[in-house]
Amino acid sequence: MPPDLTSFPRLAPGCRLNDKSQQPRTLLMPERALRLNGPSLEIVERCDGKHTVQQIITDLQKIYSKAVPQKVESDILGYLALLHEQRALDFT
Amino acid sequence: MTTELSNPLALIAELTHRCPLHCVYCSNPLEMQSRANELSTETWSRVFKEAAQAGVLQADFTGGEPLARTDILELVRAARAAGLYVNLITSGLPMDEAKLAALVEAGLDHVQLSFQGAREEIANEISGARSHEQKLRVLEWLKQHRIAVTLNFVIHRRNIDQLEEMLAIAESSNATRVEFANVQYYGWAFANRENLLPTREQLNHSVEILKRAQERLKGKIRIQFVVPDYYAKYPKPCMGGWGRKLLLITPSGDALPCHAAQVIPGLAFENVRDKSLREIWEHSPAFQKFRGEAWMQEPCKTCDRRDQDFGGCRCQALLLAGDAAATDPVCSLAPLRPKVDAILAGMNSAPRAEIFVKPNWLYRPNPS
Repeated sequence: MPPDLTSFPRLAPGCRLNDKSQQPRTLLMPERALRLNGPSLEIVERCDGKHTVQQIITDLQKIYSKAVPQKVESDILGYLALLHEQRALDFT
Repeated sequence: MTTELSNPLALIAELTHRCPLHCVYCSNPLEMQSRANELSTETWSRVFKEAAQAGVLQADFTGGEPLARTDILELVRAARAAGLYVNLITSGLPMDEAKLAALVEAGLDHVQLSFQGAREEIANEISGARSHEQKLRVLEWLKQHRIAVTLNFVIHRRNIDQLEEMLAIAESSNATRVEFANVQYYGWAFANRENLLPTREQLNHSVEILKRAQERLKGKIRIQFVVPDYYAKYPKPCMGGWGRKLLLITPSGDALPCHAAQVIPGLAFENVRDKSLREIWEHSPAFQKFRGEAWMQEPCKTCDRRDQDFGGCRCQALLLAGDAAATDPVCSLAPLRPKVDAILAGMNSAPRAEIFVKPNWLYRPNPS
């Protein structure tokens, strides 16, 4: 199920980005780690419980203004659903 | 063919061999280190920094019981300060509410709480201690913190029929991950194997239950299931390949490619008191020994699966085939697979009354 546009995604307990000084930027999770770059990093950095899904979409559509807006939206929704299924993300 | 050397991803830090439990399948070696030989806070702190510099992302604090270290908070802080993701693998026995709060405050990311069963009677029998009630208390305390929780149920013949009850414990907790890990047969578990191996019927039934649970709990709890590899068709990619992803530091500072590597004769281990982690990872002869493919025998040497399972487990090859460089005998292609089949056939054809009688366990003692 795609996430609600008005909900606030937030990294789940025990999931966090490594420090800004560390490269490559990585989403650390129980027993796993995901390397992030470009859009995936832009999305995860905004999963702080303060941005709504809609705000994240709007932000990334601005950053990637050459991309088709609908495609940006569907990619983000797909990525958030994937992170949720992996228990890396909660929606509040 | 040469294999490009990758960075280690996780550091398994065996902080101590001291433990309030005496589990009959403990992964510690039969000969344990005493408290007097344990690494200092300073040495561990240096090791965490060196690990992060070498590319390690995660530190698994284990033991024994890591909370037996009186400097556990300093160790958590040091590992976090080095930039590592800190995972505490604990029995929960020495935990209390204040200690848990302090650990979270110190930066602990993830707690892995071990369970020996779903019911008090079997859990206490297996751990040789009154332990089960305390674990349930720890689960309640964990609900008060924003921290990742994994429950680790160690599975064998005498508790595999309690999976539904174990799932109920997991669902009543705030765990997002549950491991149902069948015992692997090394060390203490090898000594107690005759009484731990589940029957084929038990195993098949457990797979059905856990597949249903995986589907039902999708998005809530991730369920991971490790089958006993004696029943598998192909061996497990032990440690993700020898010297490929993980390294383990013993309480006294020896760097090992896996928990059981000390059983392999002729391997000399280097110590973090003498050398840096990077040096050990790159040059230690023990890490080089089974790294890559050059050491492989047939059928591994030309097998299509050699880059998936890396020939299986070296320690199991030694224990069952008497040769650490042999194909893991649990592999259906291994020349010695008939030996594993004979062990399974003997157990599966024995009368049920006989194999479910309470055994004379060989309990793991506690080092001084």
